[in-house]
Amino acid sequence: MAETPPLLEVVDVVKEYGESVRTAALRGVSLTLHAGEMAALIGPSGSGKSTLLHLIGLLDRPTAGSLRLNGQDPTTLSEPALAALRGRSLGFVFQFHHLLPAFTALENVMLPAFGDEGRLSAETRARATALLTAVGLEEKLHARANQLSGGQKQRVAIARALSRNPPLVLADEPTGNLDTVASHEVFELMRRFHRERGVTFLVVTHDPRIADRCDRVIEIVDGRIARDERR
Amino acid sequence: MRFVLFVAFRYLRDARGQTALILAAVSVGVAVIVFLSALINGLQSSLIDKTLGSQSHITLRVPRETPRPLVDATPERAIARQVQVAPERLRSIDQWPAVVASLARLEGVTAVSPMVTGAGTAVRGEAKRPITVRGIEPELFRRIIDVPRRMVAGRFDPGGGSVAIGSVLAADLGVGLGDTVRIVTAEGVSDVVRISGVFSLGNMGVDKTWVLTSLRHAQSLFALAGGVTGLELKVGDVFEADAVADEAQRRTGLAAESWMRVNAELLVGLSAQSSSKTMIQFFVVVAVALGIASVLIVSVVQKSREIGILRAFGTPARRILAIFLTEGAVLGLVGSFFGSALGTLLARFFETVARNPDGGPKFPVVLDVPLYVSASLLATVVGLAAAVAPALRASRLDPATAIGNG
Ligand SMILES: Nc1ncnc2c1ncn2[C@@H]1O[C@H](COP(=O)(O)OP(=O)(O)OP(=O)(O)O)[C@@H](O)[C@H]1O
Ligand SMILES: [Mg+2]
Repeated sequence: MAETPPLLEVVDVVKEYGESVRTAALRGVSLTLHAGEMAALIGPSGSGKSTLLHLIGLLDRPTAGSLRLNGQDPTTLSEPALAALRGRSLGFVFQFHHLLPAFTALENVMLPAFGDEGRLSAETRARATALLTAVGLEEKLHARANQLSGGQKQRVAIARALSRNPPLVLADEPTGNLDTVASHEVFELMRRFHRERGVTFLVVTHDPRIADRCDRVIEIVDGRIARDERR
Repeated sequence: MRFVLFVAFRYLRDARGQTALILAAVSVGVAVIVFLSALINGLQSSLIDKTLGSQSHITLRVPRETPRPLVDATPERAIARQVQVAPERLRSIDQWPAVVASLARLEGVTAVSPMVTGAGTAVRGEAKRPITVRGIEPELFRRIIDVPRRMVAGRFDPGGGSVAIGSVLAADLGVGLGDTVRIVTAEGVSDVVRISGVFSLGNMGVDKTWVLTSLRHAQSLFALAGGVTGLELKVGDVFEADAVADEAQRRTGLAAESWMRVNAELLVGLSAQSSSKTMIQFFVVVAVALGIASVLIVSVVQKSREIGILRAFGTPARRILAIFLTEGAVLGLVGSFFGSALGTLLARFFETVARNPDGGPKFPVVLDVPLYVSASLLATVVGLAAAVAPALRASRLDPATAIGNG
């Protein structure tokens, strides 16, 4: 594993919030993620999991420290270049599905490529249809996002996260809002994409059963990495 | 399909109630603008038409002789200036055919007509009326004032001992077609003419005094063989009349008077009316812009999380900006279609309700293509402008904050 350059490299990252009263959400986090890993990020509420995910996701910039994604240093990039890099290298799944309610399942999955390219290509449509079929929603392609069940929505969200074939998918409590059965289904889906397509996942979770089934568990406490175990 | 259009239309369609309400507001605003413009433009052009229906755009005459002292003052001898205005005497324009030719070449002039005008009296039995005799070339004069279209009886073919007279004058004298009248001019010449036509130009002063005859006949009535007392001009753009008059005066040395100077008060009234129209339109535009802006602001706030999601997945900020600008422009444009239709209905309805006793519309409305085009353009630009602030706000949303924690 040491030979392949890491997919993600986080070195001594610090993130502080607030202007006058500064609260440190991350107090020096270093982390390396290789292609093909499926890692769980766990830790108590307020420990800084979402903050770390936002930084890795290029949605926010660190106060100090450095970050490399696919060998690229995002701190040197302009906002449009950052948006483009984000669109092509990262997929997001959130605790709340965050689908766009005015659009159908298929449209939601097509939107990332559509929005970046400006025009809808046949390839985008074909890929979105295939992904929705892969997550078992071929019947619901044209259903409005807000007419789907919670588990179905989250499956659409996973299809959307994978729609541009990103090397890394960041998931922030993807099952946090689902019951046990749906939660199991959604996680199994991610595992399948990991196994079958080699997608790298970093999954924030509070659910120990989910963490147990990842190849790696990273625990963060009070803005610092407290444990990092591979199994 | 373009992403920006796709998302903008979907958002508009999805927020059906909001979209319908703001479209209604834009439509009413545009309808007010269209209706008001149609009415005021119609009113103004009919007032101008009426005014110009009985007078030329520009009239050129021999300038009054400036009274000159018989002896000039010297340092030793002051004189009390004694001014005796020479009695008005009809004088002909020197070399008038050459002047006509040069005026016809003047930029903006579309017709030139020579005339001999003088005062006189019409006598018929016991009845005696003061008149203005106008000698003209019918074919040239009809291009200055469209008399043939305003005939109430007979035909417009003065000459050979026949004349056309105003309808009020005809009534005053108690004469009709084929009757004869004696004309006595201020020069002491008298002649008997036959009435071959009666016209009504809609101007009391004109219809009560005018006797139109041939140029040659008038020349003999006023002892001005071969001469003319004035030239009348028509111009392409009636509001250029002042400028053309100045140029004509400069070139010919004659005294030129445009209809605009003669009707200065009317023009002041019209321009006051135009400014009040502009004011009303301005406030309507402001109200429409505020309406569109507030709907879009609410929409941006409601959708901030969705916008954050689109941004997180790689949609560039400029496309987010374009989505909301498009929404604003579409609201303006579509609203302007409905508004134009509504304004047209209103104007037509008003036209049928407000009628003169003769059945003609009291308020003629002018609904033309430029009005619709400018209303649509205005509404679209206003929609676009109103969307600028909300769209900027949307495009500057920070994706991490917009998505929120969780
Ligand atoms: N935008 C923000 N502004 C100010 N403080 C913030 C912001 N986001 C997070 N924080 C603070 O940073 C710390 C870490 O928050 P974070 O959301 O990363 O926790 P978390 O581990 O995801 O918690 P949870 O499990 O509850 O989601 C918390 O103390 C939080 O209050
Ligand atoms: Mg969190």
